[in-house]
Amino acid sequence: MSEPVISVRNLRVEFATRRGILRAIDGVSFDIARGEVLGVVGESGAGKSVTGAAIIGLIEPPGRIAGGEILLHGQRIDNLPPDAMRRIRGRKIAMIFQDPLTSLNPLYRVGEQLIETIRTHTDLSARAARDRAIGLLSEVGIPAPEKRIDGYPHEFSGGMRQRVVIALALSAEPDFIVADEPTTALDVSVQAQIIALIKRLCAERGTAVMLVTHDMGVIAETADRVAVMYAGRVAEIGPVRDVVKHPLHPYAKGLMGAIPTLEAESERLLQIPGSMPRLTRIPPGCAFNPRCSHVFDRCHVDKPEPIEPDAATAARENLMPGHLVACHLYTAKTGGTP
Amino acid sequence: MLAFVIRRILQSIAVMVSVALIAFVMFRFVGDPVNQMVGVDTPQAEVERLRASLGLNDPTLVQFGRFLWNALHFNFGVSYQFRLPVTQLLAERAPATLELALTAALFALFVGVVMGVYCALRRDSWLARLFQAVSLIGVSLPTFLIGILLIYLFAVILGWLPSNGRGQVVKIGNWWTTGLLTTSGLKALVLPAITLGLFQMTLIMRLVRAEMMEVMRTDYIKFAKARGLTTRAIHFGHALKNTLIPVITIAGLQLGSIIAFAIITETVFNWPGMGLLFLKAVQNVDIPIMAAYLMLIGFLFVTINLLVDLAYGFVDPRLRVAMRT
Repeated sequence: MSEPVISVRNLRVEFATRRGILRAIDGVSFDIARGEVLGVVGESGAGKSVTGAAIIGLIEPPGRIAGGEILLHGQRIDNLPPDAMRRIRGRKIAMIFQDPLTSLNPLYRVGEQLIETIRTHTDLSARAARDRAIGLLSEVGIPAPEKRIDGYPHEFSGGMRQRVVIALALSAEPDFIVADEPTTALDVSVQAQIIALIKRLCAERGTAVMLVTHDMGVIAETADRVAVMYAGRVAEIGPVRDVVKHPLHPYAKGLMGAIPTLEAESERLLQIPGSMPRLTRIPPGCAFNPRCSHVFDRCHVDKPEPIEPDAATAARENLMPGHLVACHLYTAKTGGTP
Repeated sequence: MLAFVIRRILQSIAVMVSVALIAFVMFRFVGDPVNQMVGVDTPQAEVERLRASLGLNDPTLVQFGRFLWNALHFNFGVSYQFRLPVTQLLAERAPATLELALTAALFALFVGVVMGVYCALRRDSWLARLFQAVSLIGVSLPTFLIGILLIYLFAVILGWLPSNGRGQVVKIGNWWTTGLLTTSGLKALVLPAITLGLFQMTLIMRLVRAEMMEVMRTDYIKFAKARGLTTRAIHFGHALKNTLIPVITIAGLQLGSIIAFAIITETVFNWPGMGLLFLKAVQNVDIPIMAAYLMLIGFLFVTINLLVDLAYGFVDPRLRVAMRT
């Protein structure tokens, strides 16, 4: 693997609230290589979106990055002054938000917003920026872009608006895109188109993508690797087929078991009992321990770190390298069988 | 768009007819106007003749029709106290009130927007907190008290500005007099304009602050940040324009109430405007002036409302579509 575009190292994000400090992200680490798509899944509040916001430097007070580092091409960016970070945003790292209906400023023409972004990050003249904007719109599949460029956001459908948002995110050719649930607000029929579009454009440009979603289907189709998050930590991370086919972490197993399949004969879908703990009440040890059916003593004491599972499990499940799991069941010492 | 304009104009006319009805009814309720014109020893035949000549024996509907017709020609009759046409009296005083009201409105709008934006963007700075505190005073203190306090401070103690009157005025054209071209006129304008505009200024400031903070939380502002736009472009390009939509309505509607509530300020500063005239008319039961004033203020409100509605379309493209249908 070449040098990663983005490296997140032991990231911690905290929110200062009246009732004390909430740790929304607690020691998250991962790398994303050029052209790679990392899917991030988990329940609401697992810290998926906060991780994305931290990378692009948009954690709003009272939140703050309390520890760890974020590297872009090996350079730290989490401690840059605001103006230097602003120059990176949009140009090196872009973001696509969940709701295309609210992502665009309703009072400005689509073209004005594109040209503004292009001219913020390049030295292009107004004329050249407009040409580039038209080019981008046609690339994201908007018909008659030279006409539509003068339209207002409300004149576009939801799917078309998300295409405009993607064009905006790509307008300065960033190296990395955080796509925060880019299809959640769209019709199912449009979702696939948008996902395919993001995947194609990023593959063409070699753009690395962090795809945040809770749709496992989207992940399975799009991502190269997947990270399963739970209560602000990475529970399991690895190549997407490996994690989907051979999930190790009890939580990941539960997640995969909750996906309905056409072939499966089982009458009921698996469900994970209970709900994710509030950030104020994360139990000591493994955060998943109150809901886990394999819980044992060590889970109440020790926070598991994502590591390669023991050799026996790896051989039995025929795992690929780079498949890490944060669960005491798979440490060589105990060697329990789930 | 045209259909929308026509519909709004028709609505405005309906409102104006209702206002006229109220103004007309005032004459009926305050008693027989003939009694106020004649002496105690006027013969009954003379009274009857006068009543007939004034058309007071006609059916009410005919009288109302005549009142409307006259109003359309700016004929509101003759003032009881001055024995002069009401229209002439109001026209003489209108420039003073309009200059005062417009100055106050501009002051309120500009200072209010600037302070509101500052308070929204630098929410935790001590200056923003100070503005917030001062705005509370502006909202809660009655206008006449603010006027008196300002007079006491700037006219009595410091002696910088005159305490009453309009200063020297210059005549422009046939009937417009302005105080904006002389030093004493400008000086005289400062205190009443601040007094009159202060309430609206604090209102606009609080509105802009709340709106802007709301807008800064929206997705398109977050997305604008994620695109790496400069802070200035985000604040003044994207956020402010969205903030100003509701502000336009309020500011527009407030202009009407500024003109209407100029009465109090004009009284405190002895400003020779329509408000002062109206107050004297009330004291002397000078119905023609009161009726004409009512119609005038009604007309201003309706016109401003109409303009505000039309202005929306220019600012917000989404409403242009709604207007077309």
